[in-house]
Amino acid sequence: MQETLRFITCGSVDDGKSTLIGRLLWESKQVFEDHAAALKRDSARYGTQGDQVDLALLVDGLQAEREQKITIDVAYRFFATTRRRFIVADTPGHEQYTRNMATGASTSDLAVLVVNASKGLLTQTHRHARIVAMLGIRHIVMAVNKMDLAGWDEAVFSRIVEEFQPTARELGFQSYRPIPVSALEGDNVTGRIAKPSSSWYKGPTLLEVLEEIDVSTGSDNMAFRMPVQWVNRAAPEFRGYCGRVASGHVKAGDRVRIVPGGMESNVRSIIAWQSERSQASTGDSITLCLEDEIDISRGSVIVAASDPIPLSDQIEAKIICLSEHCLVSGRSYLFNLHTCQAVATITAIKYRVDVKQGEHLAARSLNMNDIGVVNLSLDRAVPFEPYETCRRLGSFILVDRLTNETVGAGMIDFALRRAANIHWQALDIDKSARARQKLQKPTCLWLTGLSSSGKSTIANLLEKRLFAAGKHTYILDGDNIRHGLNRDLGFTEADRVENIRRVTEVAKLLVDAGLIVIVAFISPYRAERDLARSRFEAGEFYEIFVDAPLEECERRDRKGLYAKARRGELRNFTGIDSEYEPPESPDLHLSTMAESAEECVQRVLHLLEEKVDANILRK
Amino acid sequence: MSPKAAKGAMGAAVPLLVGAAATPTGARLAGNAASEPGARESGSLQQMEAQERQSGIAGAGDRNGSMRDHIASLEAESIEIIREANALAQNPVMMYSIGKDSCVMLHLARKAFWPALPPFPLLHIDTTWKFREMIAFRDRIAAECGMKVLVHINREGLAAGVNPFTHGSDRYTAIMKTEALKQALDRGAFDIILGGGRRDEEKSRAKERIFSFRSAEHRWDPKLQRPELWNLYNTRIHPGESIRVFPLSNWTEADIWNYIARENIPIVSLYFAAPRPVVKRSGQWIMVDDDRLPLGPGEKPEVRVVRFRTLGCYPLTAAIESAATTIDEIVRETETARTSERQGRLIDHDQAASMEAKKQEGYF
Repeated sequence: MQETLRFITCGSVDDGKSTLIGRLLWESKQVFEDHAAALKRDSARYGTQGDQVDLALLVDGLQAEREQKITIDVAYRFFATTRRRFIVADTPGHEQYTRNMATGASTSDLAVLVVNASKGLLTQTHRHARIVAMLGIRHIVMAVNKMDLAGWDEAVFSRIVEEFQPTARELGFQSYRPIPVSALEGDNVTGRIAKPSSSWYKGPTLLEVLEEIDVSTGSDNMAFRMPVQWVNRAAPEFRGYCGRVASGHVKAGDRVRIVPGGMESNVRSIIAWQSERSQASTGDSITLCLEDEIDISRGSVIVAASDPIPLSDQIEAKIICLSEHCLVSGRSYLFNLHTCQAVATITAIKYRVDVKQGEHLAARSLNMNDIGVVNLSLDRAVPFEPYETCRRLGSFILVDRLTNETVGAGMIDFALRRAANIHWQALDIDKSARARQKLQKPTCLWLTGLSSSGKSTIANLLEKRLFAAGKHTYILDGDNIRHGLNRDLGFTEADRVENIRRVTEVAKLLVDAGLIVIVAFISPYRAERDLARSRFEAGEFYEIFVDAPLEECERRDRKGLYAKARRGELRNFTGIDSEYEPPESPDLHLSTMAESAEECVQRVLHLLEEKVDANILRK
Repeated sequence: MSPKAAKGAMGAAVPLLVGAAATPTGARLAGNAASEPGARESGSLQQMEAQERQSGIAGAGDRNGSMRDHIASLEAESIEIIREANALAQNPVMMYSIGKDSCVMLHLARKAFWPALPPFPLLHIDTTWKFREMIAFRDRIAAECGMKVLVHINREGLAAGVNPFTHGSDRYTAIMKTEALKQALDRGAFDIILGGGRRDEEKSRAKERIFSFRSAEHRWDPKLQRPELWNLYNTRIHPGESIRVFPLSNWTEADIWNYIARENIPIVSLYFAAPRPVVKRSGQWIMVDDDRLPLGPGEKPEVRVVRFRTLGCYPLTAAIESAATTIDEIVRETETARTSERQGRLIDHDQAASMEAKKQEGYF
């Protein structure tokens, strides 16, 4: 049995999670005298228990939490009995802090789901149960709290326990242990208080369950896997691979394979502190030396040669959205999986999960705290295991490339086979052949800016100049494309991202056809413009910021759209109630307040002469 | 300024560099192997290594098998965190405060990268009010460990004569510790800073992530912490921002002492009980470490057998009366302690939510 049990307390706000942990700490004699004295002072000032000490204040350590009398972020506390050590994560109950609850759950093996006896099961109870199940927690203890307020009514307890039974079964918990408790008065937490009214409960106390439960996953019996964190080159002839064993055992002489790469070798030695060790197992931090000199870097996984792991650039995964900015199909994010990093694009949101019933709902985007199943396309193949098999090799986070925010947490279900079967059809006449025939260098000029900033005017004039010089051109105009190809898309963030993704692909095909393509799209988000750039070869794509202040665009208002938006007749209008993110370093910055359309076009032509073709205006 | 240039400037100008940065791992300076009878530091690094080779990993501190497993898994987790911090950093540094937690951190770092030296320097913020023995110990470890040790003092604060008495502990700490720390971090342009903070120390620390984001002004915003799931750390930052990393997050004070015993890690002898000159102030024993401590009317130092549970600036760190003169006795005392370790830290009690406020301003 595990020496240390990591668990969380979760459940809805005001169900008494912090009080329950405070009670566990208090009764397991983990509270020092000076902390107890501080608790008395704090209780008088912030407490919710009148003259009594408020045990929740032992864990609600932030000033804001004490003032608002709620838990905002996860607190990690430690306590021990003679039988076991515990690391407990006290997590917030408010829906807006669900991501902090997920943080606590990701490293726990058991969840104490707290339910308020007088309120019964709430949406948040179901949400938390679903999240802990998804994060791989297999054991759940339901603490039906505030039984004192419910008069220790056995029927109240039984009703809640039975009502949750189907959910517990559906979510596949290995164990589900309900206990009636009063965190406030201490009944059934660490000991039993002799009350005639509670004598009907004959089961163990919460602490007894926590001390006895076996939550082992058997990862010790699985095949050997170790992601490489760092390559140790202590001396020119020394090459040690540092990492923490994710599963299984390893010993000197074992045959191992490197993923990706597929090379095989034997383990020469396992380096420990100033000595060698004979073997290592799950959870050990070690340094491995191999018989052969193989090029292995951070992000590779060293695995048992007889039982390798999958490698894929297309995966299906469950995702929790952790950010106020929604996750949308078509957008790309940094993807951190064990020790390796890639760029992931959400290619499809298959569905969103309804937290209460578990139903699958159609979705174009995932908002904060939403759980969904998505397909991800990666810029390179990564070694992984399904999360169900191995938490360490199947979990990942998504990071926003501009704000650096952690926007999503994911668990890999499996690799998608599709991509492997569709190969790019190589054609004999290629882009350079078509370009030679047209005597021009295919280029994409991407004009971004607010509505009425002058994009279409400049695009139109520019095309006339290039056409007159005998160039082969095409304009992709936002309004025109929305009449046909993108007719099905609206103006939500998710639709705007898809709008740009499609136009990027069309522009890319036209550049491949040898044309000079002028894109005139508001394209409000940096992430999509960066993604567009990444789809082209170096020197092929130029971002041109057509800049005019919002007041000026609103004054021009060529299509009367700003007026409509101001009247509330048009939703999600860029600049009014939808954000425009100006380029940080465009290839060209045009100010249509200061310069005439003709002058702007002249500057674009200069850019082309300088960067693309010095003779662009010569026939 | 590029981090590299900043680093060069730092070594040359402000902070004083101690220790033989170029000493190869194998050839350590011969320390004073036979320690004086009075100073009970638990052996030099050299002695420790010799013992390790004989006894293997399990050490004398283990009282039973399960404690060994528990400490071993904490050690493995910390080593993973230290390696991860290093791999993800452009310009990492490890804080070194000379206390027991720093000693454990240094030991873990040496283990994590063995047989190479830890690939980052140590940084000590010297307030000029540390115990004299701490500074001597720092210089000895710096000479022995072979790593670069950067020492930074807030020169402006020193020139202005800032001290804990006339300026008060609050302002003194802000200028000589927090401000000094920010100066050193800015000058070094460090992006990842390893520190020895533990969640069991204090209630706001219990709320902090292992990889904890700091703004360009070194501020911590407890309400906007990055979600930190599994062992996946987001270290992406904009220029000027930084990440503080706490590999000892999940250790308790008792774990630290058990580990020091098990691994025979050298620590400052102030942790062991000995007769020392002290004065009683507000019910706490303050050691008279040098003649800068102003004595009140009628206040006379007396010699008491005391030791320290935590070490900081001597006028702000209270001693406890204790007879614990060996590591085993300290372990026993820690496990039965009725008060918390930071009880002896005077600055923690300056105001309500004191640590949280200091941390928000950039304090470690």
